[in-house]
Amino acid sequence: MADLRETPDRVEEPWGQRTPYGPGERWPVRVDVHLADGLAESDVDRWVQSASILHSNGDAMDIAVKDGRIAGVRGRAVDRVNRGRLDPKDLYGWQANNSPDRLTRPLVRRGGRLVETDWDTAMGAVVARSRELLDGPGGWGRFGFYTSGQLFLEEYYTLAVIGKAGLGTPHMDGNTRLCTATSAAALKASFGTDGQPGSYTDVDHCDAVALWGHNVAATQSVLWTRMLDRRRGPNPPAMLAVDPRTTPVAREADVHLAPRGGTNLALMNGLLHLIIHNGWYDERWVAAHTVGFDELARVVDGYPPRRVARICDLEAADLERAAELLGRSERLLSTVLQGFYQSNQATAAACQVNNLHLLRRMLGRPGAGLYQMNGQPTAQNTRETGADGDLPGMRNWDNPAHVRELAALWNVDEMTIPHWSPPTHAMQIWRYAEQGSVKLLWVSATNPAVSLPDLARVRRILAKDDLFVVVQDLFRTETAELADVVLPAATWGEKTGTFTNADRTVHLSEKAVDPPGEARADLDIFLDYARRMDLRDRDGRPLIRWRDAEGAFEAWKECSAGRPCDYTGLTYDKLRGGSGVQWPCTPDAPEGTERLYTDGVFHTDPDYCETYGQDLATGAEHTAEQYRARQPAGRAFLHAADYRPSPEVPDEEYPLLLTTGRSLYQFHTRTKTGRAPELNAAAPEPWAEIHPEDAGPAGIADGDLVEVASRRGAVRVRAVVGGIRRGTVFIPFHYGYFDVDPAKRVPAGPTS
Amino acid sequence: MHLAHYVGLLHRAQVNLADAFRQVGAAHGDEPDIRLLCAQQAEVSDSHAERLRPFVERYAAQAPDEPDRLHSELFRGTRTGGIGLLRDLQDLYLMAAECDVCWTVVGQAAQGARDRELLAAVQDCERETATQLSWLRTRMRQAAPQALVVAG
Ligand code: SF4
Repeated sequence: MADLRETPDRVEEPWGQRTPYGPGERWPVRVDVHLADGLAESDVDRWVQSASILHSNGDAMDIAVKDGRIAGVRGRAVDRVNRGRLDPKDLYGWQANNSPDRLTRPLVRRGGRLVETDWDTAMGAVVARSRELLDGPGGWGRFGFYTSGQLFLEEYYTLAVIGKAGLGTPHMDGNTRLCTATSAAALKASFGTDGQPGSYTDVDHCDAVALWGHNVAATQSVLWTRMLDRRRGPNPPAMLAVDPRTTPVAREADVHLAPRGGTNLALMNGLLHLIIHNGWYDERWVAAHTVGFDELARVVDGYPPRRVARICDLEAADLERAAELLGRSERLLSTVLQGFYQSNQATAAACQVNNLHLLRRMLGRPGAGLYQMNGQPTAQNTRETGADGDLPGMRNWDNPAHVRELAALWNVDEMTIPHWSPPTHAMQIWRYAEQGSVKLLWVSATNPAVSLPDLARVRRILAKDDLFVVVQDLFRTETAELADVVLPAATWGEKTGTFTNADRTVHLSEKAVDPPGEARADLDIFLDYARRMDLRDRDGRPLIRWRDAEGAFEAWKECSAGRPCDYTGLTYDKLRGGSGVQWPCTPDAPEGTERLYTDGVFHTDPDYCETYGQDLATGAEHTAEQYRARQPAGRAFLHAADYRPSPEVPDEEYPLLLTTGRSLYQFHTRTKTGRAPELNAAAPEPWAEIHPEDAGPAGIADGDLVEVASRRGAVRVRAVVGGIRRGTVFIPFHYGYFDVDPAKRVPAGPTS
Repeated sequence: MHLAHYVGLLHRAQVNLADAFRQVGAAHGDEPDIRLLCAQQAEVSDSHAERLRPFVERYAAQAPDEPDRLHSELFRGTRTGGIGLLRDLQDLYLMAAECDVCWTVVGQAAQGARDRELLAAVQDCERETATQLSWLRTRMRQAAPQALVVAG
């Protein structure tokens, strides 16, 4: 079959043309292209290799350069992840790079206003404040780093070394805490370390797909395209969707469960109850390769379908149909995202999906796949490198041997590396800033003044006089407006680096054009900071010994050696030209590794594992002795947990439950997507979806302006009646500038 | 048989612990996790008290007068700030530890009294008390360096 080429209107047809295929076949190529008006592919000066930075699918693409500017994108046909396809966010989003309102010079606050300055002045101010803070007792504890899921691996690793070996602070986290922290926690809890077991090629082989709180059609649309193509081909996989909304995924599915918000764990316990009672599990394999079956069986025994149907407000018959679909499949693929992660008992519910795959031995072979997804494109890298608080290389903060390894690698005193307790999570960093013990907060490539919960409080903290706020970004975001120093950053297409998607595929993204004005690569900003701070190792040599992206990558490889995310077999040259490569990639596995745990041996050895575990209800840390006593010896953990209602359930005063999620056309506070005309026009405003039976009595008609209020705040948006279960309201999250007069909203203004 | 006194003592300790969890949760509601987790653990302590009640009644009939000074007062209200949080968590820890020891003692007595029902209750509640202790310890470990070395 000839390869398809598309220059589609992806607002009309978000997933483009179908290229059906059958089980075990190769997904056909379809090359998506979008170029600036009037430009043909043959007019392009240069094509520069890259991948998507607007979601976590990791779609590979080439950037078109015309007259020194980015002028479009084209999917890379050779790539294993997308075979040429692109998400609408990628097709149109590159235009934000060329926005006239990019930051081009550093800003500092003078007399309450942000004024332009030069790099020396801006960095001088950051370094002077840092020095002053670091020199006091407990100086390490005065620094907080709030980062992103949108930087490159090299930048995260450099930041991690600065923070952990230079300043010695445990206060590093980022907006990845909002989503991927659950994924990481569930993977560590079940399998011993982080790392996705599955591969995107499992879509090609599976005979059943289960989407757990994952609106993949909006969040990773190319992965959805792959699933749709299987569904339109011969012997299509069965499909189960769990989502309170009637999304395109739910409409496509054979079985759609729309449970009451906050009851996922009860649902999972109910499904596992049926799987076990019907004997749809691999008893011998479970006995040999897992720990905890008896306890799991005991707990889920208390969740017969009728009880679960009551808790979740579902039909027991639908539950049984879902269990049958899961239990009778031979090659089951599961994917999990925000509907599970940003919900009551998130980690426990995500672990039950792991349990399902362990019970049914649905891991480590083609079609038997599991993705605990990420939302952000480079979230996986924050976790690997330790820019979010984890220790680099998926090391265990509670294992002295792991800390010693890092101290030797960096040639610093072990005492410098913060490892005395679990790393400080994002909300606690903000709390310390609120209380005044964190005095310098460095925010890179994210916009917490829009994306965090309890925004009024977050903005109050950012505005505090005794908090020195550094913001590193492309635009004057809502967060930048509250900063003391704003550093103009280069972005995707303007700098080089690598990043890793949700199926462990590493892509190289090369610099295509120069950044505007004096904007600099994030890596260069961090390197400059380390140099000006004069951070040194135990022998007085500079702590950071690399000067560019490739040097940082080589340093990271050394750090990753022998760990699950081993990059030692990779080089920039190897990533250049061809397709992405999945880690671990070592001299022994030079082409990368498609699936983890193919031999049924998990990363749970006490000397190797990333965590000694924690209680799923409270977060109480287990000790090394407790962990060793369970003698996991390479067996995976089946975790059991009872359902508990959310701390906040609907009552007479607030009778409806609010849930949030992403739209297909927006990404992360719309800093970029709001500046791409097609994407902005496709979803310019947030809205509220409400069930007709809730809307009617409240006198709400489709299109009415409604106020949605909770105990913490309120927002006025247009109502969309329908598309959601009763008792629940949906609003897309992260609409930046929602509180500004529409005429003055920056991203929605004219873009050229 | 003095078992009633000890069961009563434990019952009272659980009620006090639940109350203290609620007070600490309210006092430190601005921490990201304290209000919810304290509320959750208060419920756990409530349920422990609830499970003990029938045994208080069962053994009351056979009990002589209560000996002096059996009860101890461990909690005298909450404090504020980072170091205040640490102290309050430590108070909770001591109160939970008191319950923990009492469960051990009552568990031994249940063996002596051949009371299977009481023993089953002890085993469940002991496990949950251990979780309370390890959560409090984890939370204090997190808070201590910042509260003692950095803040102020
Ligand atoms: S936008 Fe999605 S991916 Fe990004 S931090 Fe929020 S929840 Fe996570």
